[in-house]
This record gives sequence, C-alpha cells and structure tokens, in this order.
Amino acid sequence: MKLFEKVIDANDLVFAFLVVGVIMYLSYWVARHFTNNKIPGAAIAITSGLILAFLGGKKGIADVPLFSGMALLGGAMMRDFSVVATAMGANYGEIKKAGLAAFISLLIGVFVAFFAGGTIGYAMGYTDIKDFTTIGAGACSFIVGPITGSAIGAGSDVIAISIAIGVVKSIMITIGTPIVAKQIGLDNPHAAMVFGGLIGTTSGVAAGLAATNPKLVPYGALTATFYTGIGALLCPSVFYLILQAIL
Amino acid sequence: MKIYGVAILAGCFLAGQLLGSLLGFWMQIPGNMGGVAFAMFMLIMLNEQMRKRGFLMAETENGIAFWNAMYIPIVVAMSATQNVKAALSGGWVAIVVGVLATGLCLLLVPLVSKIGATKDITRSSSNNT
Repeated sequence: MKLFEKVIDANDLVFAFLVVGVIMYLSYWVARHFTNNKIPGAAIAITSGLILAFLGGKKGIADVPLFSGMALLGGAMMRDFSVVATAMGANYGEIKKAGLAAFISLLIGVFVAFFAGGTIGYAMGYTDIKDFTTIGAGACSFIVGPITGSAIGAGSDVIAISIAIGVVKSIMITIGTPIVAKQIGLDNPHAAMVFGGLIGTTSGVAAGLAATNPKLVPYGALTATFYTGIGALLCPSVFYLILQAIL
Repeated sequence: MKIYGVAILAGCFLAGQLLGSLLGFWMQIPGNMGGVAFAMFMLIMLNEQMRKRGFLMAETENGIAFWNAMYIPIVVAMSATQNVKAALSGGWVAIVVGVLATGLCLLLVPLVSKIGATKDITRSSSNNT
C-alpha cells in the first residue's frame, strides 16, 4: 500500500488523467443507460466533479494527497490553454457580428450583479458602504470580491462572504446552465457571447457551456475573459464612489 | 507533426497572456485582462492565414484538436478542485445573494441577446455551427 501511494504521488498528473477518464466513462455510461442521453454526459461528469470536491477542502479533492494531480489538470493554466484550443472551431464572422452585444453585456453584467448583490446584502443587514461594495463585487465573481474588499479595506468576514457568494454563483451556473439553456435562448454563438459577458465567472461559464453544448464554449469564453478585469476595475472605484454619493 | 500544432497553440496562448497582463498592468488591475480572448483571436487569424497558404497540415491541426478535445475532461478536473465548501461557509447571505443576483443575470441573457441580432439571424447562425 505504501508503495502504491509512492507511485501515485510521483506521478500525480498521470493519475489525474486516469481518474478523469474513469469519471467521464461512468458519466457517459449513466447518461446513455439511465437518461437516454437527455442529460448530457458532460453535465453528469462536471456535477460529479463538484460532488467529489466536497471530499476535500479549499482545493477540493486535490487536498486529498492521492488526488493532488487534479489541481494541475484542472488549474487555470490547463483550463485556459484548452479554452484557447476551442477557438479552432469558432467562426470569426459570428464573433464580429455579436461584438457590440458582447461588449454591452459585459457592462450590464458587472453592473447588475454588483448592485443586485449589494442591495440584497443591504436588505439582509449589511448596510455599511464597504460591506455593500464587497458583497456586490462577490456577486460578480469570487475573484472580484476579495480584490475589491481588500482594495477598499473591508473586514475579512465580509471578504469571506464575498468569496462564498462568488462560489455559489459559479456552482449555480455550472449546474443550472444546461437546465435553463432553452428558456433563455442559449443555443447560438450570439447568445453564448452575451451569456459569457452577463455571467462572467470564468469557471462557471466554462463548465456551464461545456455541459450545455461544447460548440458554444469558445464564444462564451471569449467575453467572459474580460469580465474579471472589468469587475476589478469598476467595483472598487466607480461603483464605490457612486455608493458613497447615494448612501 | 502534431507538436507543430501544440507549439502554435502555446505561442498564441503565451502571447495572449502577455498582452492581457500588459493591458491589466496598464489599467492597474491585478491580473489579466482578456488574455484568453487575445490568444483566441490570434489562433483564429493564424489558422485562416495558414489555411489560405496551404501551410496547415492535417497533422498540425490534430495537435490543436487534441487540446480542444481535452477541454471537457479538464473542466471536470476543475470542478473537482473547486472550493465548494466555501459556498456553505458564507451562510445564508452568501446563498441568497449568490442565487438571486445570478438568477437575475441569467434572465437578462435573452434581452441583451436581442442587441445586434434579429431572431431570424440568430436562428440561422445556429445551424452553421
């Protein structure tokens, strides 16, 4: 057993390939035999991933030494590298056509998430301007939240809540996107670019679109990649100043 | 050779990251601004240019196609390494704010999608992909 652990430990990335391969196989098998492919195999696989993440802590299942390679395989570097590769299947004409809508969706997405999130937090008792700003930024993504919170000097408890809000958002998008895709018209490149801009959170958009229709991934990822930057730009500056003027 | 495709992808990726970081630095944002998008644009342009000139071999393309196909498995690994416990640690505020604000943004997707595209155009474009 010691020897087994030693071999896995020395080859953690390779073991991660095996683990993910098995998850994929089982998920597609379940999708075919139990749901008649009504629920995509990818959606089952991604949801299984989230469930596995509960076994660990901050880094999900990668906190379990045996599965440390999952952090490398599922890290930002590999994710972005493979996202860029999906551009091979993207159509430049579609991107150009949706350009304006995508740009507007980014601004609306950050604005709505911030003020809706902050207002709900306000209603739940977080009435301080710094708390409002940090909670609103958390509703953008779990990266924008802590960046904003530390920039304006918010308390660490509120910053922790803002991260939690961002994670809730990411999980909700991951599981919810394939379920609501039809209702919100998410079945074409144009809508996917708008979706990426309105939702933003990269991991959520990446996983949600993968579970819905992998062909839409490059379009959503294209706009979502600007979201964190715009959120981190606007929340601690313009939005914070607007709040100071209002509240 | 397949490695040519992987190398092209890597080149575009790194150039995009560099550009995104420069833009982030210039706008004084911690991190990267649109690096993935810049890399994707470069890959799309390069792909078109090489196809026109006949430089793009099927083998080269396969090197990129492999990483394209690895996308979903990588996303599965990504979700398995999310800090899902943090979602619960924030208490009710986190769950209520996260769900409501996100739901509102989702509802806006069909509205904002109307910008720059009539229903007919989006329908026909979905057939092409």
